[in-house]
Amino acid sequence: MVPEPVPRVAAPPPTAADDPRDRGGRAQPLLIVENLRKHFPIHGGVLGRKNASIKAVDDVSFAVLKGETMGVVGESGCGKSTLARILMGLVPQDQGAIVFDGELVGGERGLSLRELRRNMQIVFQDNDSSLNPRLPVVDSIAYGPRVHGMGRAEARTLARDLLRRVGLDPALFAFRYPHELSGGQKQRVNVARALALNPRLVILDEAVSALDKSIEAQVLNLLRQLKQTLNLTYVFISHDLNVVRCVSDRMLVMYLGQVVELGPTDEIYREPKHPYTQALLESRLAVDPRQRVEAAPLAGDPPNPVDPPSGCRFRTRCPFAEEVCAEKRPALGEASSHVAHIVACHMADPQSGHSRTAPSPQRAAAALVG
Amino acid sequence: MLDQTERSDLPLVEVEDLHVRFFDGDETVWAVNGVSFELMPGQVLCIIGESGSGKSVTMRALMRLLPSQRSVISGRIRVGQFDIMALDERQMSELRGSTVSMVFQEPMTALDPVYTLGRQIGETLMRHEGCSRRAARKRALELLQLVKVPSPERRLDSYPHELSGGLRQRALIAMALSCRPRLVLADEPTTALDASVQIQILLLLRKLQRELGMGLIFVTHDLGVAAQIADQIAVMYAGRIVELGKAADVLLHPRHPYTMGLLASIARDPLREHDIEAIPGSPPDLRVIAQGCSFAPRCKFARAACTAAIPSLRRVAGDHVAACLLIEDLPHEGAPAAVLASLA
Repeated sequence: MVPEPVPRVAAPPPTAADDPRDRGGRAQPLLIVENLRKHFPIHGGVLGRKNASIKAVDDVSFAVLKGETMGVVGESGCGKSTLARILMGLVPQDQGAIVFDGELVGGERGLSLRELRRNMQIVFQDNDSSLNPRLPVVDSIAYGPRVHGMGRAEARTLARDLLRRVGLDPALFAFRYPHELSGGQKQRVNVARALALNPRLVILDEAVSALDKSIEAQVLNLLRQLKQTLNLTYVFISHDLNVVRCVSDRMLVMYLGQVVELGPTDEIYREPKHPYTQALLESRLAVDPRQRVEAAPLAGDPPNPVDPPSGCRFRTRCPFAEEVCAEKRPALGEASSHVAHIVACHMADPQSGHSRTAPSPQRAAAALVG
Repeated sequence: MLDQTERSDLPLVEVEDLHVRFFDGDETVWAVNGVSFELMPGQVLCIIGESGSGKSVTMRALMRLLPSQRSVISGRIRVGQFDIMALDERQMSELRGSTVSMVFQEPMTALDPVYTLGRQIGETLMRHEGCSRRAARKRALELLQLVKVPSPERRLDSYPHELSGGLRQRALIAMALSCRPRLVLADEPTTALDASVQIQILLLLRKLQRELGMGLIFVTHDLGVAAQIADQIAVMYAGRIVELGKAADVLLHPRHPYTMGLLASIARDPLREHDIEAIPGSPPDLRVIAQGCSFAPRCKFARAACTAAIPSLRRVAGDHVAACLLIEDLPHEGAPAAVLASLA
């Protein structure tokens, strides 16, 4: 059997707040996202009227603490990549606020996009299309610092230093073009480029998903080393639950644009509360022919985010769905602190009226007394 | 029509010393370098390997689906009683879709966007079995029911873009099964799908393969997927099979350092304080012919002898073979098995 994981202290490592760039203080989360919403309109007909919208991200809130890795998991269409793009300011949100180290992003007095991007960078999944094919990699890496006002020679020196940090010998690789590199090498260059502005937060959007397993392990090791030496905070987006377990301190699970579960990774893997999280975890395949899955944990595909089900969006695939699930959207429980384990399911809410609600300790005690 | 008689005690597929080379301008890419294997009727062989290992090329060679102008296939391939290398193009197209059929990775590009599912499934039947449009439609409906597509009557008239990824893959499987093939070749059929859908498709393939008694060659890079479906596993590296045996033997008691490395590099435990045991370096450039073991440059056990000659497949135990000079000297039943046990 699996040995019980030792519960880790969720407090940020002391280094994060010792950072000279720190403004908000140790307890201030590096990133707070509040009620973020993005609906993409679908236009149709001769007049190009809006006739529907894709609810890509619908009322998402969470916080990322300094120095931690926040995992974001979910299936295709759950909105995890849209979330990354909103955070980077690549698509504007319809509603909601982003707070970076205590400062509101955007608005008249808020942090400008330029300042935000100096502090927050992203690595995409497709390592090929995210590099300029006409630039040698050293110039791709130096591009960001140049835009932010660094001199050409200085930027190149920095880029060569970064190449060394990500494990590529600058003497060999600096003047190569992307087509001369393997997938793993290209992803290392992308990581180097993301680090060029000395950011505090890096969003890794399926950054290792396209790589072969042996190369994936190398890049994951690199990311861990960089995080320690450069004092980074990661938002790690992935559909691979084994990898997320490996790297993240806390995680959130998304389904059709909403957060259904949020909490410390070890706790969620030990005791998933949402039926969707449970099914996702059961969908992991063991590398052992003696442990074959005999029944699929979920039937069907995720529904279309254009017309999500009423109430709880998971109810159409949930084995425990009842009437209340169609009527009322379950709220993500109130978080007592940033590190609490919370879930958006009627079964976890004693007041919801779902027949499978776990009796709360108070009620159980009251019943005993009565 | 091709003769369909078959003996069940003979291997359904025999591949012997298969070589595939590609030509690109002045360069030659040595994609497959002497691959041999057998598949008994009704068995599942998984070919595992990373990108560029030659796994997909091997499978396409079985159907002669490689560009004839730019590639050379040599070796012996027998499927049923057909000598694949000796058939002419007309006989090959007779064979494809009837005796042997294929399921591809990307269901969106493998389906034609301008025809309904009913037309596409029916086309195969009309082409190979010569049935009428009406009979083909009826059989297409049965096939959609067989692969558990919900409301199949309605789906017959759907276009591929109206379906989700999982449904498209089911439709593609229905098409592959339409002429009751004896061999199905599946090239990463679940890789593009979400985890919860991937399991459904794997279970479906496993069930249909058993019920219909087909041989299945399944190419994947995912060891977890292979563990779910394989009877036999062949591990490929740089165009060669480096390890071959029963699924449990290869996955639980790997004997080739590459297989051991692959198993060790799966991210599985919380790793905040320590590294994953990654295989260093990257796969070799197949434009250069290796003189020794292709894995030696990345192998932590490699010795001078490893680069001198190409190791051949040697018996480890029973029908479990591995191509490594150091089989006897390597630690086995050791680390990877212990790691697997801790997963249970």
